[in-house]
Amino acid sequence: MTRGRWLLAASTLILIAGLAFVAAETWRAPLPAIVPPSAKEFDRALIARGGALADTGNCAGCHTASGGRALAGGRPLPTPFGTIHSTNITPDVETGIGAWSREAFVRAMREGIARDGTHLYPAFPYDHFTNATDRDLEAVYAYLLTRSAVSARAPANSLKWPLGFRPLIAGWNLLYLKKGPLADQPGQSAEWNRGRNLVEGLAHCSDCHSPRNAWGAEKREQAYDGAWIEGWYAPPLNAHSPAVRAWTADEVFAYLRTGLSSQHAAAAGPMAGVTQSLAKADDDDVRAMAVYVASLMAAAPSAHPNRRALDREDIADKEHPEGAMLFAGACAVCHAPGAPMMQQGRPPLSWGTALLVDAPHDTLHVIMEGLRPPAGRPGPAMPAFGDDFSDWQLAEIAAYLRARYTKNPPWPDLVKTVGELRRGGAP
Amino acid sequence: MITLTVNGKPHEVDADLDTPLLYVLRNDLALNGAKFGCGLGQCGACTVLVDGKPVFSCLVPLAALGRREVRTLEGLAADGKPAPVPAAFEAEQAAQCGYCIAGMIMRAQALLERNNRPTEAELRAHMAPNLCRCGTHMRILAAVRRAAVAMGGGVQP
Amino acid sequence: MTAPTRRHVLGGALVVAFSLARGAVAQHDDKGKLPVDLAKSPMLDSWIRIDASGKITVFTGKAELGQGLKTALIQVAADELAVAPESIDLVTADTALTPDEGVTAGSHSMQDSGTAILNAAANVRALLAEAAAWRFAMAADQVEMHDGAAHSLNGQSATYGELAASLDLHVEAKPNMPRRPKSTVIGQSLPRIDIPAKVSGGQAYVQDMRLPRMLHARVARGPSDGTRLKDQDLDVVRKLPGVERVVQEAGFLAILAEKEWHAVKALQHVQAIGWIRPGDSLPTADIREAIRQLPAEDVPIFAYPGPPAPADGTSVTARYSRPCLMHGSIGPSCAVALWENDGVTVWTHSQGVGPLRRSLSGLLKLPADKVRCIHVEGSGCYGHNGADDVAADAALAARAVPGRPVRLQWMREQEHGWEPLGSAMTVELQATLAGDGKVASWRHDVWSNGHNSRPQSGGGLLAGQELGMPKQRMRPIPMPEGGGSRNGNPIYALPNATGVFHFIEQAPVRVSALRGLGAQMNIFAIESFMDELAKAAGSDPVAFRLAHLQDERARDAIQTVVDRFGWAKRPRGTGGGGGNGRGCGFAFARYKNLAAYCAIALEITIDRDSGVIAVERVVASVDSGEAVNPDGIRNQIEGGIVQSLSWTVNEAVGFDTHHRTSFDWSAYPILRFPQAPKTVEVHVIDRPRQPFLGTGEASQGPASAALGNAVADALGVRVRDMPLSPDRLKGALGS
Ligand code: FES
Ligand code: FES
Repeated sequence: MTRGRWLLAASTLILIAGLAFVAAETWRAPLPAIVPPSAKEFDRALIARGGALADTGNCAGCHTASGGRALAGGRPLPTPFGTIHSTNITPDVETGIGAWSREAFVRAMREGIARDGTHLYPAFPYDHFTNATDRDLEAVYAYLLTRSAVSARAPANSLKWPLGFRPLIAGWNLLYLKKGPLADQPGQSAEWNRGRNLVEGLAHCSDCHSPRNAWGAEKREQAYDGAWIEGWYAPPLNAHSPAVRAWTADEVFAYLRTGLSSQHAAAAGPMAGVTQSLAKADDDDVRAMAVYVASLMAAAPSAHPNRRALDREDIADKEHPEGAMLFAGACAVCHAPGAPMMQQGRPPLSWGTALLVDAPHDTLHVIMEGLRPPAGRPGPAMPAFGDDFSDWQLAEIAAYLRARYTKNPPWPDLVKTVGELRRGGAP
Repeated sequence: MITLTVNGKPHEVDADLDTPLLYVLRNDLALNGAKFGCGLGQCGACTVLVDGKPVFSCLVPLAALGRREVRTLEGLAADGKPAPVPAAFEAEQAAQCGYCIAGMIMRAQALLERNNRPTEAELRAHMAPNLCRCGTHMRILAAVRRAAVAMGGGVQP
Repeated sequence: MTAPTRRHVLGGALVVAFSLARGAVAQHDDKGKLPVDLAKSPMLDSWIRIDASGKITVFTGKAELGQGLKTALIQVAADELAVAPESIDLVTADTALTPDEGVTAGSHSMQDSGTAILNAAANVRALLAEAAAWRFAMAADQVEMHDGAAHSLNGQSATYGELAASLDLHVEAKPNMPRRPKSTVIGQSLPRIDIPAKVSGGQAYVQDMRLPRMLHARVARGPSDGTRLKDQDLDVVRKLPGVERVVQEAGFLAILAEKEWHAVKALQHVQAIGWIRPGDSLPTADIREAIRQLPAEDVPIFAYPGPPAPADGTSVTARYSRPCLMHGSIGPSCAVALWENDGVTVWTHSQGVGPLRRSLSGLLKLPADKVRCIHVEGSGCYGHNGADDVAADAALAARAVPGRPVRLQWMREQEHGWEPLGSAMTVELQATLAGDGKVASWRHDVWSNGHNSRPQSGGGLLAGQELGMPKQRMRPIPMPEGGGSRNGNPIYALPNATGVFHFIEQAPVRVSALRGLGAQMNIFAIESFMDELAKAAGSDPVAFRLAHLQDERARDAIQTVVDRFGWAKRPRGTGGGGGNGRGCGFAFARYKNLAAYCAIALEITIDRDSGVIAVERVVASVDSGEAVNPDGIRNQIEGGIVQSLSWTVNEAVGFDTHHRTSFDWSAYPILRFPQAPKTVEVHVIDRPRQPFLGTGEASQGPASAALGNAVADALGVRVRDMPLSPDRLKGALGS
């Protein structure tokens, strides 16, 4: 990020110069505090709908600290600019959003302004939420205001100078915030438009799947080109999708809903949490999202007739005899043809994106950390192998998989990458 | 032939290098502690320590072991003295069928060697990879708490 | 005791022993009857033998399943024989050595075998006293037995070993033998004798057997019942590394190898061919709905008389259900078999060595005396799992290599895919509440597949079906034990009450006995419904039960929990209010209305957003009659509670139209440590000198019902369909 940091400093100076102008343009009034409405004031169906939408947006994903109460915030969100902590969005008056009127809530979602008039950091993806429909925002509001109030104050953020100075965000907003709601595209089906509204809005998919500029804003011209998130690579969801099997609407739907596509792979890393949340969302909404996401990938190579499952076992065995040995004893019990999981119609490794992309990180993460469905619920599971193997052995397994299930060039520097991942390093 | 260090002693083993450690322990070295439960890394019945870390021996091929030190339930007792964790399991009568117990003891051993003052939540999270179908959980937890005390610590509430 | 006087018995026994014919027992005492299993095998030496060194061997046809049976039976024998428990060797289920006591199931072991051994031991002690009296030349009642020896008042003594020579135990037991006046071993929480090996890596299980020249084997099948592998070229398989032998007979296929790993790898190769479902597809509907569409045979469960319910009473109805459940043994089923001299010996963890022998003799077309089945412990089974099937698999595989022992263990996915399931069930209840807040009528309807397909013939085993033998028919188990109807008869004093079991013979998926059979469902329904009725009547749930309950021991069990839990001072349920849920639930049942009494209260919290339940504390009471080993009883009740919570919250076997989809622990997640209750407390109510009451299945029903009641208390909505999963709870809350 050195280049980014330099850019940052320069731009900061320019910005400070224009601060007076910006402040005048963007100063926002606090909105009056309200007495939290009682649950009875909301329609039950509206609350339920808001709950489903909150799951569509995976609100709890960011707004729940590990081991903390749901939606009470406090989760550290590392950004290139420092660590920001998610806020408490339970209806606690002091520490949460209990005193927020509907108007204040909608303003926060559409413009990134807190009730007291301060600017929220764009780590809170209001640049997406702004696209949501009024109806959806109202439902989410009803849902959040009827949760149990939890008193919890988020720890202080630790941002690099001068980003602790919130009015700067006004400049960011001027440059990058395109206020919603999103207008429907004529000529597309209602379902597609609904899907687009959710994907570009509450579900904020491109937040992870699009690369960002030095200011941390999504590069619009490279939307869905794939990006890094928490040390994982979120693959492209557009014509550059490296998938070997077609991402049909049905497959996207199955994947989003269950965390598993029989034509691709199981969701892992940050996406696993997203699918676990989408499992609780509204069926029609997720289907609409699937229709839209599939359309983004309509021009990808995999949209053309499906290629057969690739298995270059002989070649890989020769190139990586150690890897072959380790695979046979540790991986084949689930992933070889004839393994119980494969008898259930699970996809072969050659169909997953992780082995196909240029970065080995996702593959290594999954091998080292495994997959864990939430307690007590069925779902794809895999043990963590991080403690079982040395760095070199893990690298050898990854190299073997790449050689056996893809025709792509070998990954470079695997051992080094394993070491970085062990130390918690992220690209 | 491959040399394997198990419970402090080297063993010559005649087995394919892709053989998971579990089968070698049970069949070639005649050690009963580690059990076959799933062979898939889902139940922990096969848990042993490799360089002090709990692993599913059903998924560790011999080729992966190198010089690393394997410890099984049989290796816990030193000089005929009963080891604290198995002794605690016996004292708490923490078994029904007992099939899961060897794996439970080994996983608990790994925790207590590293930290003999875990919190109750840490203890439960640490034991989560191991399954028991008899519902012996409460006694297993009690046994680990007892062992923690015996090892100079204690599980914190 | 109406039996003959002590002196009479002791005075005559040895003399008549040699000529005693079977009929003589009945003559001896008209009213006294031997306990059932002792009557079946009345010879004392079938149960107890003493050699010249004083070594005592006790025989039982029952098996240790991890329930602590061995320790408890030794305690019973030691107590009655007045010896230290250490001096007793116990031999368990072995068709060549022990009495045939059928299946170790239904919480019958202490009731049947325990009582038989108790009586046999009392007989033997009397004979020992008799022998000592002869030797000391004094009356038998001048002889005292303790510490493995007979002692006279004038200081003579003789050890049992010394007396053994003049003792003939090949005599029939007599009923109603008096017990020792004071128990010294019964009632003690002795440490279990099987545990030391289990915590030290000793040889404890059939899985641990290693016989000289033993081969390892795997059986090859489709992924679940109703499927089979596609045909393939077995010559390829024969040439795979390490494969010693491939055994194929009709649809049966097994692979034998020196090294277990080679057998496992070869199996994987064989499975890669793919599978088909040759028969009908499975129904698309939820299995509990699907079976209700099939023809049912109506079997009355009970009818309690009473006047018709008043017309102005309040009618309450409710419907409850459970999905198919899995036994889910942690260790997949395993057996070792050895063919020698045209016969076979099978080491098995089957619950019934006798019935297994009959089935194997049918399967292998051998006379029964050419088949020996020896019980060796396996992983806990909780009913009819793969134990019998794998014994047949091993026997068939071993037939191809006479003289070489074959150890065959199922793979995890085979246990998940092929074990017979606990049937899906539905219960509908209807009751009328009269103006006085009491039940004036009651109707119980239960729908279920059968609960017992334990093998009785070759066709009762999977391998038998693969050889084309006819499948066994399933029949309903008659009351008072009952199968799907088990515990369908409420213990409460209800007027005008009837129950009907709608037995559905045709089973789309393989089902059989799972711990408690129908009791878990029926108790869940009845005990949930009692709460619903109490609510309708405006009563406290416990008070409502007590108002309908006369059985004193039942009331005691309930009172114990009420006191220990602090029921009156319990935190009030949050009901429909906002915030996270907190609630308490209570339930009670007497297993089969014949065995142990068990009451349970528990407290839970529920995260409304996730629907996740945390069990804060559980308090239970149990009355198992005379408590032979109180800690053993606690262990079983505790285990039953935790297992039942797992069933109730987590579990449902999944299907698509072709097979079971619950193929491993990821697809069938059972309770793990973080989900376990914070505390479980079990209070044993001891009833010295009362009959032993089976305990092993007593807590399953009450635990699930108490949880259901606590959920209703916490959420203000009742969830009647198991599992009470987060999704169901959220669905019920509507948000
Ligand atoms: S046997 Fe290794 S985890 Fe289950
Ligand atoms: S004690 Fe039987 S599985 Fe744990």
